[in-house]
Amino acid sequence: MSPENVLLYFFAAAALGGGVLMLLARHPMRVALALIVTMVSLAGIYAILGVHVIAVFQVLIYVGAVMVFMVYVIMLLDVRDPSFLERYGRAVVPSVAIAALLAVALGAAVSGGRAVTAAELAELHPGRAPASFAVQPFSAEFIEDYWLHFELTSVLLLAAVVAAIAVVKAGRRQDG
Amino acid sequence: MDRTQLLLWLSIALFALGLTGVMVRRNALVMLMCMELMLNGVILSVVTFAERTATTSGAVLVFLVFVVAAAEIAIAIPIVLLLARQRRTLDVGAYSGLKG
Repeated sequence: MSPENVLLYFFAAAALGGGVLMLLARHPMRVALALIVTMVSLAGIYAILGVHVIAVFQVLIYVGAVMVFMVYVIMLLDVRDPSFLERYGRAVVPSVAIAALLAVALGAAVSGGRAVTAAELAELHPGRAPASFAVQPFSAEFIEDYWLHFELTSVLLLAAVVAAIAVVKAGRRQDG
Repeated sequence: MDRTQLLLWLSIALFALGLTGVMVRRNALVMLMCMELMLNGVILSVVTFAERTATTSGAVLVFLVFVVAAAEIAIAIPIVLLLARQRRTLDVGAYSGLKG
């Protein structure tokens, strides 16, 4: 087994372990830390796959922005909340059964599939080389072909900021 | 096991774990985090296929999903905080009135 594959298995196991811990941990802070373990492991997997841009985004956006926000909110909350003490609701067994059934159904589809052949891959890119995911070539192609999408995301983010401020303002008006 | 197959299995496992978490956990914030886990599982499968077929559009799609996820969290967390301030709890059982 090559060292790359060893790392891949290690990160896959860490991601899976973090996901399981999320279900078992009692305190939301531990759940958040387990989720961070999963996200960093996924970033490692993306880096091993050679999709460096996505690996960097995963760490910057998910771990750096989303999870830090989440951890701050958990620290703001009251630790005597009943939902901190009692982990699970009523329908544990049917919920686990539904999720297991879904996993088995999807897994059957995955194991029934076959690998893409080189000829089929070539058909996907008529007349051009397969894309590279290293930072420099990817960024150049991104900005050249998808500049409109990139600009549209800034509009979306602006709308999200306005919406967040509106939500907070609405809450203040209710209180006062 | 084939690498693509391994990653797809991992993505299925993460999605199923997140789905279980959303259904069984009581804390609204933890449910939100379990939704993030489901999203991460799906993104893993998108990245796997994008890498396998060497298409830029797949990676661009993942970038757009990241942006949407950040926007989603920026709006969802203030809503959860407002809920917590109103009822003094994050237990979703306290919000059963929302069933209508």
